Amino acid sequence: MSETVYGPVTDWATDFDHGSPAYAANQHKIWDDLKNSGCPIAHTDRYGGTWLPLTHEMVHSIAYDTDHFSSEGPVVGQLKPSEVPDRIGAPIGPVPPISSDPPFHNEARRLLLPAFSPKMIDPWRDEVIAICNQLIDDMGDADHIDAALQYSQHIPVMVIARMLGLPVEDGDKFRGWVNLVLSGIGEERTEERMQKFMEFNEYLAYHVNEHKENPREDLISFLLNAEIFGEKLSLEHAVGTVILLLIAGIDTTWSGIGSSLWHLATNSVDRRRLVENPDMIPAAVEEFLRAYAPVTMARVVKEDMEFHGVQMKKEDWVLLPFPAANRDDKQFANAHEVVIDREENRHAAFGLGIHRCLGSNLARLEMNVAVEVFLQRFPDFSVDANEMVTWSTGQVRGPRALPFVVNARA
Amino acid sequence: MRVHVDPSKCQGHNRCYALAPELFDVDDYGNAFELNDGVVPAGLEDKARLALANCPEFAISIEE
Repeated sequence: MSETVYGPVTDWATDFDHGSPAYAANQHKIWDDLKNSGCPIAHTDRYGGTWLPLTHEMVHSIAYDTDHFSSEGPVVGQLKPSEVPDRIGAPIGPVPPISSDPPFHNEARRLLLPAFSPKMIDPWRDEVIAICNQLIDDMGDADHIDAALQYSQHIPVMVIARMLGLPVEDGDKFRGWVNLVLSGIGEERTEERMQKFMEFNEYLAYHVNEHKENPREDLISFLLNAEIFGEKLSLEHAVGTVILLLIAGIDTTWSGIGSSLWHLATNSVDRRRLVENPDMIPAAVEEFLRAYAPVTMARVVKEDMEFHGVQMKKEDWVLLPFPAANRDDKQFANAHEVVIDREENRHAAFGLGIHRCLGSNLARLEMNVAVEVFLQRFPDFSVDANEMVTWSTGQVRGPRALPFVVNARA
Repeated sequence: MRVHVDPSKCQGHNRCYALAPELFDVDDYGNAFELNDGVVPAGLEDKARLALANCPEFAISIEE
């Protein structure tokens, strides 16, 4: 087993910890400082050895290079993929297709693409509008609200639970497991953590069995009947994909909505422009996706290799910080400014290459509707100066507490 | 003007179809293709350029 490093970061170039609160709070400055000091790729011994490339060019080339970089471990953990007991290895991985490599990946992904294509997702629009309005109705006439806890965190959960065929009222449970899987990556493998993982598995096993006995029109039933290479999906594959759809769809979009609202609460000029010109919202959402991209992915080095002058070792983790690529001034004019009507915007918030976020059409729909409805109902709001905005840690970044003062209602 | 989506590069980000549905469509898998053999009707040239400038995979090309 690899040697484990815990505790405060001593140097961001050689000992970074992307799972630490300091990284979540200061990541834009950390990237700039690293790049300005001539370090476009940082390293840490933490998590058994991890790389952090910071330029768009590097992130792009790793995302495309499936020959040298495996997706077997899309989230960096304290154990390397090969150290995890009973784990399904490459090319399938534990949560296909995000954890899969070609050629298996192509088939596992192709199965799911139609369910998340624009023409299948667009009809959810009215439902998302209703969910957003209901959440705001539930706030009553309070002047002080939390836009993360009372609004953004609920929207993706309610939609994906319905799509999968899981009880919508289990949202708190789902968010607990999302935290466990994604935010707690720097924590030690305590018995309590292991216990929570077990509860998650038991919950899924129960609902999968229930769907086997009573099939219906939802994604769990679809997966239980789906075929790959002429055979039914293995139970591990089907359950792994359910885990993926549940986990990946929740705090990512929650983060995207939260960051957008945080920007609008702290930039009154942009907020007023969007209130007055709601048809600018789609372009603004793309810019929020660029500037506050929530998701960093990870790859695993397949064999010892050299990359841009550094020696990577077999099984090293490599982070793919799409948020850093999106702020590379070689790729974007005024990369550090949020320009809500930016015309040229090839941002990589949903990844690049064959692992482009499967749910990107749904995430975009939810973000657009969430911003649109929030601005319709609350044309003026600001951050409550007496409370703290807090940000998640780990590979998905977004606000987890968004204390706002509502200054005007419509 | 003609537009073209390179199907080997398109990963289904759906930016072109969202920005210029007059010029692009997507199949059942969400992958994009150009309409009308890629011929851009007069007046839609800016939309074609906008789609090109927003494709993260650099899958769109324009022939002027």
